[in-house]
Amino acid sequence: MSVSQHIISILVENKFGVLSRVAGLFSGRGFNIDSISVGPSVEPSTSQITIVTMGDERIIEQITKQLNKLIDVIKVVDLAEKDYLVRETALIKIHTSRAEDRSEALRITEIFRARVVDSTPATYTIEITGDENRIEAIINLLRPLGIREIVRTGKIAIAREEVKVPALLEVKRVKA
Amino acid sequence: MKLSGAEILIESLKKEGVDTVFGIPGGVVLQIFDVLCNEKDIKFILTRHEQGATHAADGYARASGKPGVAIVTSGPGATNTVTGIATAHMDSIPLIVITGQVATKMIGNDAFQEADIVGITRPCTKYNFLVKDADDLANTVKEAFYIAKTGRPGPVLIDIPKDVSSAKTEFIYPDKVSLRSYSPTYHGNKWQIKQAAQAIAKSKRPVIYAGGGVILSNAHKELAEMAEFNRIHVALTLMGLGGFPGTHPLFLGMLGMHGTYAANMAVHESDLVIAIGARFDDRVTGKVTEFAPRAKFIHIDIDPTNIRKNIHVDIPIVGDVRNVLIELNKELHLLEGQRAEWNADRKPWHAQIEDWEDEHPLSYKKSSRKIKPQYVIEKIYELTGGDAIISTDVGQHQMWVAQYFKFDQPRTCLTSGGLGTMGFGLPAAMGAQAAWPDKLVFNFAGDGSFQMNSQEIATAVANNLPVKVAILNNGSLGMVRQWQELFFNRHYAGSILGNTPDYVKLAEAYGAVGLRAVTTSEVEAVIKEAISIKRPVIMDFVVDPEENVFPMVPAGGGNCDMIFGPEEKTRPEKEARQKKDKSNSVLPA
Repeated sequence: MSVSQHIISILVENKFGVLSRVAGLFSGRGFNIDSISVGPSVEPSTSQITIVTMGDERIIEQITKQLNKLIDVIKVVDLAEKDYLVRETALIKIHTSRAEDRSEALRITEIFRARVVDSTPATYTIEITGDENRIEAIINLLRPLGIREIVRTGKIAIAREEVKVPALLEVKRVKA
Repeated sequence: MKLSGAEILIESLKKEGVDTVFGIPGGVVLQIFDVLCNEKDIKFILTRHEQGATHAADGYARASGKPGVAIVTSGPGATNTVTGIATAHMDSIPLIVITGQVATKMIGNDAFQEADIVGITRPCTKYNFLVKDADDLANTVKEAFYIAKTGRPGPVLIDIPKDVSSAKTEFIYPDKVSLRSYSPTYHGNKWQIKQAAQAIAKSKRPVIYAGGGVILSNAHKELAEMAEFNRIHVALTLMGLGGFPGTHPLFLGMLGMHGTYAANMAVHESDLVIAIGARFDDRVTGKVTEFAPRAKFIHIDIDPTNIRKNIHVDIPIVGDVRNVLIELNKELHLLEGQRAEWNADRKPWHAQIEDWEDEHPLSYKKSSRKIKPQYVIEKIYELTGGDAIISTDVGQHQMWVAQYFKFDQPRTCLTSGGLGTMGFGLPAAMGAQAAWPDKLVFNFAGDGSFQMNSQEIATAVANNLPVKVAILNNGSLGMVRQWQELFFNRHYAGSILGNTPDYVKLAEAYGAVGLRAVTTSEVEAVIKEAISIKRPVIMDFVVDPEENVFPMVPAGGGNCDMIFGPEEKTRPEKEARQKKDKSNSVLPA
């Protein structure tokens, strides 16, 4: 079975400790997390977690089943089965003490339609949102200027299709 | 009327029908114990260690079918429960563990006797709660019992800070629970059940492999009906013992690492394995790729994560085992017309199984001098007529009990199957005795296992729990010693106990009765005396220290690569072959 990347979208109860239950499930069973991001969902009593993980079919099946089994998990979707959009935001702080570095940085920022969101005499901080390729590309171009710090959000993803089920009510799941 | 958190907790427990609680008090649960001591409907059993309390609550749950309850204090009290919780978690036993916690404003301050027990037990509970507000307490207890009992059962922990126990609020106990994120599937998919019935009807070499799920869902009658109607032999897991009568002609025995030859061969040669409430544990499957290599698999389990976790399954059915078996039996009865045909098709298979049973029955070399551990088990079976609840510890004696004691009734075999917890047996026996005061409760223990919770003799004596402990004393950690003998060049590293206590004196020191047998001829009298005494008894059977558990599948091997005892090194002449013609089947029609 081939190992591939999967993005798993998890709707959970917005309670304390839920994130550690989800993350603990991965660590406790030896599944890997490539990235994880969390935020409130449409309904304030729920949160949306996006996890990027690797595995073959059997492992991904176990991951989704085990997630479903957690008491606080409302819905699990493996986005690999759907058409989806994926985004990530990065903040990249670079050295720009020299004038030519500042102009080069601005040029690269413009090409990528990114933004400089902060500036000090010695640094620029550039914000970019996009898929992984776009972020890797700008990082590679900025690297020669001297990168001080990179902060990335991890991926968030959303299915492109219309969601037929109105949010929570008709969620049909199998649990034990 | 307003009640304190402690009063709300105890009232809630009463609403859940709790009659017995095990535990040990401490600083932050004094409020709760203050209420508990005036409570006539709930009996409190003070154990000597919190691990003992959780195992006792677990034994109570296994024997009664009701959730077991333990109340302990914060910090060390709480952390001491972890092994008991993990044990219940692995075996899907409904348990409610209530821990005290330091006051909410102190949480996270490294306060005296503070531990993040919700964090510590997150991976080994089905769910756990920290109650931050007395207003949530009644709801939480209701949800905890609901989660512990329903779906695949399991332990639930409720952590209650000191100030929540003392805060006063209105007591309203909810009628029902609704958790949008939790709804177990109880009824199997109809189409899949039809498919399963068809597969069973077509199978020429079917075998049932049933586990603890049969007992948890009270499906033993339905299982027996299915096995008998279709004349399919049944192999049980360790956790399944009692789920199908041990004396039934269709019973193959336990399968797996120390399973019977017939059970392992039947599964290996089968064309259809019907797995019921079992999870393909590695102690059962051996090398996964060699487990029933020619079989299709039907797997019935309430927990979808168990399906296709270890083994590819052709027909998965998620649902409560009992419900699914009722439906499946209905489907099979609809195929009654084909029954004569399928029975005829299976004649060679039944004859083959009979051969295997004759070729390598469970056996050990009898001795008139040295006590053989298997003999003690057989004698206790004989002298109790099998009418006893049996708990075990973990190790050689546990496997011998699984092999030689014939469990006919569910909830009579209490053993730590999944986690393999030494020290489980004595407290579990006490829990079972608390649930069934009039039944005979035996704990089989190794001398190694027994010492892991032997302090609980004091609890048994103080609470008039007349459990009978049979120590099969071989002076070593026997199963470890066996592995070292077979696979580590007899390097008995760390497995010989050396100086062990005089168990008779130990029993007497605690106010229990101590008895000892050192030769085979003394065994019967000791057992009879123990049965006649209505107090806790510790029997010290000094057994042959060299005895090993056979047959055995070496770890990582396939189940058909069994090794046998020394007297069986070469396969005995197959007298069985001749016997075969004498009758084609001993099975009921």
